Amino acid sequence: MRIEVAGENALIIYFGERTDPRISAQVQQAVKVLETELADVLIDLVPSYASLLVIYDLLACDHLEIRRRLRTALQQLDSAEQGEGRLVTLPAWYSTESGPDLAALAERAGLSVDEVIEIHSGMEYRVYAIGFAPGFAYLGEVDERIAAPRLSTPRQKVPRGAVAIADRQTAVYPAVSPGGWNLIGLCPTRMFNPAADPTMPVQVGDRVRFEPISRETYLELGGEL
Amino acid sequence: MNGFKVIQPGLLTLIQDAGRFGHHRIGLTTGGPLDPLAFRWANRLCDNPLDATALEVSIGGLVLEAQVDTRIALAGAEMPFKINGTEQDRWHSHKVRAGDRIEVGFATNGARAYLAVSGGFHVEHSFDSAATVTRESIGGLNGARLQQGDFLHCKPAPDARGYRLEELHRPEYGQHVTLRVIPGYQQHAFSNVQKRIFFSSEYKVTDRADRMGFRLEGPEIKPSMDGILSEGICHGAIQVPADGQPIVLLNDRQTIGGYPKIGSVISLDTGRLTQLMPGGTVSFEEITQDDAHNLHCLAHKQFERIEPKAV
Repeated sequence: MRIEVAGENALIIYFGERTDPRISAQVQQAVKVLETELADVLIDLVPSYASLLVIYDLLACDHLEIRRRLRTALQQLDSAEQGEGRLVTLPAWYSTESGPDLAALAERAGLSVDEVIEIHSGMEYRVYAIGFAPGFAYLGEVDERIAAPRLSTPRQKVPRGAVAIADRQTAVYPAVSPGGWNLIGLCPTRMFNPAADPTMPVQVGDRVRFEPISRETYLELGGEL
Repeated sequence: MNGFKVIQPGLLTLIQDAGRFGHHRIGLTTGGPLDPLAFRWANRLCDNPLDATALEVSIGGLVLEAQVDTRIALAGAEMPFKINGTEQDRWHSHKVRAGDRIEVGFATNGARAYLAVSGGFHVEHSFDSAATVTRESIGGLNGARLQQGDFLHCKPAPDARGYRLEELHRPEYGQHVTLRVIPGYQQHAFSNVQKRIFFSSEYKVTDRADRMGFRLEGPEIKPSMDGILSEGICHGAIQVPADGQPIVLLNDRQTIGGYPKIGSVISLDTGRLTQLMPGGTVSFEEITQDDAHNLHCLAHKQFERIEPKAV
């Protein structure tokens, strides 16, 4: 574990340098511990794959105090703890109609479309980070056989609910936005709904599984075309 | 209905309060005023809490019609400020009555000004804040910039107290600012030569400078790595993408990202940076985290110490 300066009121803790469920579990544990231990001076926390950004109140404490308190608090972390998050199932309508890049991705991988679907839905993913846009959850890691680089020209408009792959990450677009990920299907579950409680169906550390559904089920579940 | 009708929204006028905090974990950014000092002064001159909801006017062009008796104050960039066609002092609270026409013209110096009203504008909060972040479609009125025909609610306050800030205390805006930088994040990925170039060169503000970040143009600097595992980005962080041109990340930045960062600009200076128009220039100066902390606390004390005059 390494603590670095980030900014005038921010330190960043590095728990490792790679995508790894054990490192991610440590980040999650640290979030829980620091929420309590730093409650009096904390402004916000930004967990990501292997790091945690700690933003604090500059009028209430200084970086020396924060460093001391971080070291003490983080000693409590149990490295054996895997921090198994909740399992969340997201329905996904995989098809060449709902996933305009599915056929190309399959061809590139030397697989059939059905095999790609089977591989993508046959795995359990971990929510490593949330960012890029509100509710955009980075899920990993995708089986190497169906990993695919970002499109060379990003789309101007990716629909809400698009199930997508970039490198070894997968995600569901929470809102219409530009995007360069490979689209392989549509998910009727809203990943970000300011009017709902909770706002998001997943949080960092949760496990996610995709369940293939038909076009009809997608529409029944409130999916839009 | 008490409030102000938007006759002309201007180039980019946004409803802002101090910002949205504590929601980075679901990907929500901070928003809030780009120049917090001018924002706080506008509120203070209207005898408001310092985080009351006000308008951030970028570049200018805003026209409102009062449908309420209250007080307003404009602080920040030099923008011609008129009530019913008569030029008014900025950094100074003025009475307005129902029917008055308020005009904020185009900036002659600086880029953002803040228009506050006594008691603040009444805007429903989303995620604990009224701050508008258009990229997220969150805050303000429907998550959007001000539109013609919008109505800004506020309470009547004909007898509210008002103040003016003496001229000697008013910030001055120019064409160049020195940005103090705390080295941090991937600073070790930048060699001494690269750092020397960065801290001794002048960079120009490009026209790709917005609330997410200010993209600068100048001598290239190259880190020894292309990308990193995505990590949390703090306010003021200086990201260096593959083209070697630094970007200072601001209020509407993405909460995580994977480009190397050399350090972060202190918040006292990001406020001055955002008062520059494209073509303005900046240079960088290294500062320690301790000095940055001292400057922050000093600025806070100075702001508290300066007493505006009652009007």
